[in-house]
Amino acid sequence: MSQVKEVPVLWIQGATCTGCSVSMLNVVAPSIKDLLLEEVLPGTHLNLRFQATIMAGAGEPVIEVLEDTKQRKSKEYVLVVEGAIPTAEGGIYCLLGERGQKEVPFKDWVVELGKEALAVLALGTCASFGGIPASKPNPTKAKGVMEVFKEEGVRTPVVNIPGCPPHPDWFVGTVVRILLLGLPGPEDLDEWLRPKDFYGGLIHENCPRRAYFDEGKFAKSFGEPGCLYELGCKGPITHADCFLRKWNGGVNWCIDAGMGCQGCTQPEFPDLFGPFYEKVTDRDLPKIGESKR
Amino acid sequence: MGRIVIDPVTRIEGHLKVEVVVDGGQVKEARCSGMLFRGFEKILEGRDPRDAQIITERICGVCNHCHTTASALCLDSAFGIADKIPHNGRVIRNLLLGFHQVQDHILHFYHLAALDYVDVTKVADYEGDDRVLNSVKAFLQRGELSPFVPRYEGDYRLTPALNRELVAHYVKALEVRRKGHEAVAILGGKVPHACAITPGGATETVTVDKMASLLWRAKELRQFVEDCYLPDVIKVAEAYSDYFEIGRGCGRYLSYGAFDLDGSNPDYVSRERFFKQGTTTTDLVYEPLDLSAITEFVKYSWYEDDTTGRHPFQGETRPNPMKEGAYSWLKAPRYKGQVYEVGPLARVAVAYARGDQQVKELVDQLLGHFKASKEALFSVLGRHASRAICALLIARQLEKWVLELKPGEPAYVDFQVPEEAEGVGIVDAARGALGHWVVIKDRKIARYQCVVPTTWNGSPKDDMGNPGPIEQALIGTKVRDEKNPFEVVRIVRSFDPCIACAVHLLDHKGRELRRFIIA
Repeated sequence: MSQVKEVPVLWIQGATCTGCSVSMLNVVAPSIKDLLLEEVLPGTHLNLRFQATIMAGAGEPVIEVLEDTKQRKSKEYVLVVEGAIPTAEGGIYCLLGERGQKEVPFKDWVVELGKEALAVLALGTCASFGGIPASKPNPTKAKGVMEVFKEEGVRTPVVNIPGCPPHPDWFVGTVVRILLLGLPGPEDLDEWLRPKDFYGGLIHENCPRRAYFDEGKFAKSFGEPGCLYELGCKGPITHADCFLRKWNGGVNWCIDAGMGCQGCTQPEFPDLFGPFYEKVTDRDLPKIGESKR
Repeated sequence: MGRIVIDPVTRIEGHLKVEVVVDGGQVKEARCSGMLFRGFEKILEGRDPRDAQIITERICGVCNHCHTTASALCLDSAFGIADKIPHNGRVIRNLLLGFHQVQDHILHFYHLAALDYVDVTKVADYEGDDRVLNSVKAFLQRGELSPFVPRYEGDYRLTPALNRELVAHYVKALEVRRKGHEAVAILGGKVPHACAITPGGATETVTVDKMASLLWRAKELRQFVEDCYLPDVIKVAEAYSDYFEIGRGCGRYLSYGAFDLDGSNPDYVSRERFFKQGTTTTDLVYEPLDLSAITEFVKYSWYEDDTTGRHPFQGETRPNPMKEGAYSWLKAPRYKGQVYEVGPLARVAVAYARGDQQVKELVDQLLGHFKASKEALFSVLGRHASRAICALLIARQLEKWVLELKPGEPAYVDFQVPEEAEGVGIVDAARGALGHWVVIKDRKIARYQCVVPTTWNGSPKDDMGNPGPIEQALIGTKVRDEKNPFEVVRIVRSFDPCIACAVHLLDHKGRELRRFIIA
């Protein structure tokens, strides 16, 4: 059994709703049991050293785990960041633990642990792009990891795994990819640092209701057949593979449930996609337009 | 006199710090502080009212579906369609909320609370051929014990056999709760943050295959609650029976009710619900609910004093982090000026007081098993037992509700967004009474207020000086080992706090803010 390789993982949460964590608990294959206890790949176990939603410990002892891993496992551990990073007034709007009886801003943890990490996975739209906490008027000046790293001069590689929440397969798939093939290179990521494996396709181009769009048949009310474009579907400008993968064990996804895509994997989410029930404008659809109607 | 600081409190949703002052082995003072501020209500102002539901469900990824429901009800009421939701829309909403809450209660007991009582490391001694236990054993033998260690050490009392059983159920429960989420997705599109509930009803079309696929998941959830969850709570309670006397709290209980059984009454307070709306006390005398009696106090919160004592419709949030004497970013919601606890215990107490036969039977059976008086219900273990009872009651309904669906019939009704309107949506979330209030002007959100379960339970002192429910539950508790304060975390977790909810508005520690500004 000693031949099992332990890959240390620190999973820290900032301005989050914990929905990314809950979504990861919904992983089907490998099961969450495999991920926690057994092997994510033959011979490799994810040593989840810090994950506040499920870990047994609390308080000072778990804060020591962060410090200890940073020092002893430098450039060996993967840092998972869930949630946006409030940066206003030094980051005091999100605090995690105490150091010398003084509370520590989440932003400091992201920078310090980020510098020493092998790689950072920004999990969810908040950690990737700021997401809902960063939407207007962005009361806490919340930002995503790559923006904070740029400002703070941290050069550790970042992979964004956005989605509100992200699909558990996107996370597990990215981890497995890193373990099997190494860190994704620039050719493997899109302009928003998302793995092309999962975010390469456009929802609209792969939509089961696409034929309705091409024929100009648009649903006017929910529950009707027809393209959901007029009801606000953001599929024409959203990249993800939900159409293929579907959600929660493959039972459904937004468009099959009769609701348009809400564009939750995009950096534009939510501000540039609101009002959600209004159609995206023509200029977003340079090639297809409404001329056929 | 000792000060115990637990930061972060883990295995809850969100960023919580608990600070207690212990004198002579007993808690004299207790303070809860949320450590994250996002500012949802500010974010909502000026947006299209319909978007409130898509935004507010993202207040919390654990209770997301409760916010979805409260917000949809709130917008229905503002849009004047609260009594016009089609039959399928109402039943779909009940089913989604029901599946969500059963899996949420399971998640809370096994994955958030149980590690305070169950010793995973004991499985190292296992000799047998159970695959799951052997996989845990192999994990323990490899020696990298996170996320199960570090932890508080000492007071783990279960027998080796019971420890093993609970660990096996911890793993089984991971799978069962996932299937609960699958059921939510079948009619909700995906979860967390289901997309298919909307003002006006639901967007999914009901088909027979979806009903079949829901039925077997409902059955599996019900069987797990019957065979494992409720029995496991009782087994844990047997080993830790002193916790029937620990963490009593404020002794007053409030429920908004949940699961609309009839959609024709636009008034959510008097509408027929499966869990009843109302209040009670430890005397278990029922009182009807009066939403106008809710006020929020801020004397001990970092808000301007002239905003105190207001109803959520008039609620204002003007922070003042320099305010003398204040110690929390949570406001203190009170009902008729009194401290009220919300959550599964409140739902069970209100139902019991109202004479609900199913609840009376389950509660009396439980108390009979422990030869305990009704007082025992108002405790750490009473909260866990009430949560399991709520899960069982809902799980028993799910299959019936699936069969109420009418394939091919509509689930959604169209509406117009009014120029000006006010709306309120109330529902008991898994963690307790959840209310959304909206004021619409010029077809935009002028004001949106959420008063959420953990704001009730985790509130600071009010203007009259009465501590909040969790604080009251902590004060007076004997702490045996200040280095391993099991009592404190067991009390706090029995409330199942959800800090993203409670501090959706503002949340960080004011004293530290001052320190940062001065420094």
